[in-house]
Amino acid sequence: MKDLASWALDTANQRGATYADVRVVDERGRALATKNGKIGNASDSRSQGFNVRVLVDGAWGFASSADLSRGSIDATAAQAVAIARASAQVKQKDVQLVSEKAAVAEWTTPHKIDPFTISIEQNLALLQKIDSELRSVKGITLAETNMNFRREELWFFSSAGADIHQTKVTTGAGYVAYSFAGSEIQKRSYPNSFGGQWQNKGYELIDELELLENARRIGEEAVALHSADQCPEGAFDIILESSQLGLQIHESVGHPIELDRVLGMEANFAGTSFLTLDKLRTLKYGSELVNVVADARQEHGPGLGTFAFDDEGVPAQCTPIISNGLFTGYLSSRETAALIGLQRSGGTLRAESWNRLPMIRMTNISILPGEKPLTGEQLISSTDHGILFQTNRSWSIDDKRYNFQFGTEIGWEIKNGKRARMLKNPSYSGITTEFWNSMDAICSRDEWTLWGTPNCGKGQPQQVMGTGHGAAPARFKKVKVGSAYKGN
Amino acid sequence: MLTEDQAANIFSRIKKFSTADEVEGLFYGGRSALTRFANNTIHQNVAEENYGVSVRTVFGGRTARATTNRFDDQSLKDVVKASEDLARVQEPDADLLPMPGTGEGARPTQVEPSRHFAETAAVTPEQRAGGVGKIVSIAHRHKLTTAGIFSSSESIEGIFNSRGLSNWHTQTSAEISITMLAPDSSGWQKSNSPNVANLDPQALAEIAAKKAVESAGPHEIAAGKYTVILEPSAVLDTTGFMFFDFGGLAILDQRSFLNNRIGKNLFGENISVWDDAAHPLQSGPSFDGEGLRRQKVQLVERGVVKRLVYARASAEKMRKSEYAGKVGPIEATGHGFPIPNEMGEGPMNIVFEPPRDPKTVDHMIASTERGILVTRLWYIREVDPYEKILTGMTRDGTFLVENGKVVCGVRNFRFNQSLIEMLSNVEQMSTAVRTSGEESFDMVVPAMKVRDFNFTEVTKF
Repeated sequence: MKDLASWALDTANQRGATYADVRVVDERGRALATKNGKIGNASDSRSQGFNVRVLVDGAWGFASSADLSRGSIDATAAQAVAIARASAQVKQKDVQLVSEKAAVAEWTTPHKIDPFTISIEQNLALLQKIDSELRSVKGITLAETNMNFRREELWFFSSAGADIHQTKVTTGAGYVAYSFAGSEIQKRSYPNSFGGQWQNKGYELIDELELLENARRIGEEAVALHSADQCPEGAFDIILESSQLGLQIHESVGHPIELDRVLGMEANFAGTSFLTLDKLRTLKYGSELVNVVADARQEHGPGLGTFAFDDEGVPAQCTPIISNGLFTGYLSSRETAALIGLQRSGGTLRAESWNRLPMIRMTNISILPGEKPLTGEQLISSTDHGILFQTNRSWSIDDKRYNFQFGTEIGWEIKNGKRARMLKNPSYSGITTEFWNSMDAICSRDEWTLWGTPNCGKGQPQQVMGTGHGAAPARFKKVKVGSAYKGN
Repeated sequence: MLTEDQAANIFSRIKKFSTADEVEGLFYGGRSALTRFANNTIHQNVAEENYGVSVRTVFGGRTARATTNRFDDQSLKDVVKASEDLARVQEPDADLLPMPGTGEGARPTQVEPSRHFAETAAVTPEQRAGGVGKIVSIAHRHKLTTAGIFSSSESIEGIFNSRGLSNWHTQTSAEISITMLAPDSSGWQKSNSPNVANLDPQALAEIAAKKAVESAGPHEIAAGKYTVILEPSAVLDTTGFMFFDFGGLAILDQRSFLNNRIGKNLFGENISVWDDAAHPLQSGPSFDGEGLRRQKVQLVERGVVKRLVYARASAEKMRKSEYAGKVGPIEATGHGFPIPNEMGEGPMNIVFEPPRDPKTVDHMIASTERGILVTRLWYIREVDPYEKILTGMTRDGTFLVENGKVVCGVRNFRFNQSLIEMLSNVEQMSTAVRTSGEESFDMVVPAMKVRDFNFTEVTKF
């Protein structure tokens, strides 16, 4: 790989690049799924290729190819330089990068069991058992299960001398049960919706998730939702269980802190951000209990945003984002760090694959657990009247990340410190900073889970990226509930 | 570009390496490039070339797929083995049909208009930069900041199977999307076409700039039910959420909002919708994921859902099901996705039938006493799958209309709106145009004037 990269870097250099980097990626994936007892998906994929990213005349160029022959490598590097020269036709000023020491390193996702060594029969047998268990509940009209594995080998070389080889292993699994009756389609998912739980881990994740053990309960809840009461409208104290809080963090903290959005670079598609530069270290983002970090380091856990180096060779870091409620940091890259006067990139540039340009992506954006011991049961028992929201069903937020609305699959009324009646079609909405400032309790470390969001879309052409979000159940005061069904 | 002959050669090697009863090769890929700009600067500028083959093998009712982007013998042996390994260990599925033969997947008897334009395939980075330069000039003239894309591509899709079926499609595509930003407002326009000559960056930039300028200093007005004028992108991005429910398998799975509603008056009498891959404003191949020819199907006739689209297996299953007499004509229509999949099929070439008396957006504005003009919608998600309630935000050009005139820009709204009600409340429509948004696939849709559109909240800008 080093020879291949050297050819590309030499060609780029000879043609006038002042900086160049090369990424080579070899990725393998497996997707298995069942649907109502039959195979829904059984597929393997393999993709290899490389890209060359260059700075010429103060502007960026990027070209990629699956053809790893010498001729293709030279041609692709030359194409990247030509593209950069075209970019330079429309620029206001030259791109500057903050400095970064060129690293030479090797890293692999810590994992116990390579998921590709587990037999397909064993995986399908587990999915079929879950599928069967879900459908054994009277009233379930559709059961779907899924299991996904990914291994990415990434090589990064730069004209500054970086030489980094990383291997990432990802595992994900989950299931969903639907029930159609009367004029309603209800569903319940486990361990999370939209694909389940995903982590940078080996097959050991599948064993940890207790998938089969929860299937009957999930099926029964999906059917029971038909006879549950509609979630009321009004202002309520609400408790978000950890996976829903993880998505709340993703949408109302993770995206607005992306510095490319803040600086207008995503204005045409993903949008901008309310977190303008004047708000850094001045905005009271949340209550004193709100502490959020962007942490890509291995010690944070096996999140989908865990790595050793980002895709421009910057080491994984932990950046405080919200500290005791105060807004303290952005997600940055070498280019955006230079634009706002930071000394160093926060190391968050990542690309979906070899054929995509690295861009600022969330790493593991996590809320830290409460320091005082507090279990989920204690959180409920300390709530007089409120609503508990579990498992996301819908999510939407405006393009500056102020106004959001979330719906969950199931809700529970809390009365006098006890979980009371089940509620269907629960939703809540609000304004980001008002919401985070209303947080008055968060559970402690034992209730904290590092969730994986495998499907975050951003960029043109669009890239899908996995992000991590650690969260523990938390309570928010007087939040607007139920407006999703208002007027319908 | 990968040619059909090269693909046929690759497929013949795949067949040689396979021990399966049946083999299928799906080819995809092409060359694409995208110039991205923001802050009046080209800040990202990328190009890609990639081709792949997805190999499906079948052993007596068991099937699986494996994909690679390398075509040397060892890689093809590996991909065939991966597919066979996944297929062999399954329980046989009695519903799995043999692959279609040449009869079922016949190529069109008449020559269809090409969707491949040499001029588009030949667009250079300098030409895209030139287009962006014109857009930036217009931004400067209006004292605005602009962001967007100018992309061009040339792509292939092909299918071969061991029963002799083969189909091949090449096409080009070009796209421009422009946002113009003022301190407290913005405007947006987007257009795409197989032929780059159909795109006019300056005209799009001028409209986006006008919207940004005219929506400056947005007023906050209360949420509630309003008459709205939805420009085509807003119609596309909402209605696009319902068409995957028009597949036969969605009914068999009972996950469709059309459960128990086919044949009933569901929308207004003025709503008629077709799926028509051959429509001159449409794009994409004329065959589906199994190689069957896409048929023209009327999905909605004067507000009544008349029929569904089907993959071969879904049609077979539907004929034997309890729903057979309640869903209209049942036949494979050439709308299947590559097998195996969980979705079955879907109409991907939607065309709204032109109204008898089309109105322009200007006419809709002139006929509105009080309402909201919506340029674009954003972050739309399904709140209720059976009532088809969607939530989302307005974005990049939202205006108050009073007494037949655009009065001012307004702060953006959140909506929670049932699509069924929305399409029952359409008062006026424009001629349908090829439209591109961000939440749905491209379609041929009109602008719509809709009464009682349900805005539930207002945001801060």
